[in-house]
Amino acid sequence: MEGTAVRGRLTWQTATVASVVDETAKVRTLMLEVPGWPGHQAGQHVDIRLTADDGYQAERAYSIASAPGEPLALTVERLDDGEVSPYLTEDVQPGDELEVRGPIGGYFIWEPAFGGPLMLLAGGSGVVPLRAMLRRRSSAGSSVPARLLYSSRSLDDVIYRSELDADASGGVTVCHTLTRSQPQGWTGYARRVDAQMLAEVAWPAADKPLAYVCGPTSFVEAVASGLVGLGYPAGRVKTERFGATGQ
Amino acid sequence: MSPISRGFRRKREEAPAGRVPPGQYVTTDFPVLSAGPTPHTPLTEWSFSIAGGREPKMWSWEQFRSLPSETLTTDIHCVTRWSKLDTMWEGVSLDVLLGAVEYDARYVLAFSDGGYTTNLPVADLLGGKAWVAFSFGGSPLGAEHGGPARLLVPHLYFWKSAKWVRGLQLRDTDVPGFWENYGYHMYGDPWKEQRYAGD
Repeated sequence: MEGTAVRGRLTWQTATVASVVDETAKVRTLMLEVPGWPGHQAGQHVDIRLTADDGYQAERAYSIASAPGEPLALTVERLDDGEVSPYLTEDVQPGDELEVRGPIGGYFIWEPAFGGPLMLLAGGSGVVPLRAMLRRRSSAGSSVPARLLYSSRSLDDVIYRSELDADASGGVTVCHTLTRSQPQGWTGYARRVDAQMLAEVAWPAADKPLAYVCGPTSFVEAVASGLVGLGYPAGRVKTERFGATGQ
Repeated sequence: MSPISRGFRRKREEAPAGRVPPGQYVTTDFPVLSAGPTPHTPLTEWSFSIAGGREPKMWSWEQFRSLPSETLTTDIHCVTRWSKLDTMWEGVSLDVLLGAVEYDARYVLAFSDGGYTTNLPVADLLGGKAWVAFSFGGSPLGAEHGGPARLLVPHLYFWKSAKWVRGLQLRDTDVPGFWENYGYHMYGDPWKEQRYAGD
């Protein structure tokens, strides 16, 4: 249930990297083994703690990429001036250990019982928690209608591309927009998400959709206000943002 | 005892001693974290109210802005682990606002446009520790950062500094607000790392 996602005290647990998958040139998925992992809901996140051999520690929060019932997986985008993400996307190897604490967050989650239609809107690596929702929908055999509008810089920057292609053949409408460069013959959208695009792609407000928006602040601001402009009640538009303004 | 993450090294400069709570890192950005769309209430419709005292009290924007204000420079700490140093604000002290009301409640539930709420002890709002801020860095507070006005309680994690704040409900008992209902800490002292319930 919402509101009870965090029970008792959350403790740090040792996680072992089981395998890594390079999703794009800058994005990697880490599959983690966490003995006694309590399970999680689609859309939640975890805190990660790294410890250097001199005792220095750094903590960050990352969205969970896997569906409930699946082993914990995180998909991390490398920020070149970052401290933790370059390590997780370049240095980490199977067998390495780090610590996790979670799952955390009970608002930006989706369960099949919440219904839909489901309107997912992702900017860049904001697709990660939405992918967990699509995997949840699929593993639960849910027939809730779902659409994903996903904004990436280029086709090479699309995370989970083949999986989303498979979703598209499995009853989920997946719509890409490529904002910086497009391959030869690209017939999809080629601009930032705007009101016109939302009007074309998003479920009509009359269908009482449930929207989840995740991405950089500028993306989320534009999309969330665009959906409100289309008549979505603010309470049916859940957002998760990362990054600063003006970037 | 934490396991060593093989090959992990510090890359960031050490923060000035005593300035940054445990588990935080310093950013020069001002990240935005909100659970829903940004509300845009026109100033003509804006008010700030305090309910639950002997008499309800309400200020229009014009009345609120005619109250004495203070400028302050302070550090802020977000539960998502960023801290921002030396941020500059202007706002009306809660000492002024609560001083206009008679009450003996010990807690407040702050409420905002968009339905956000957060709970705080009254004692944490008094004594020059909390403001309703309307300016950041010398400019009117932007809507994405909580403008026209937000609560500013810099000694607690920043989710307690409710964006788009519209008032306070004085209460005898401490009830969880929005994030507190989702498992975040009822008090949220960054120096004690009170991030989640039970911390």
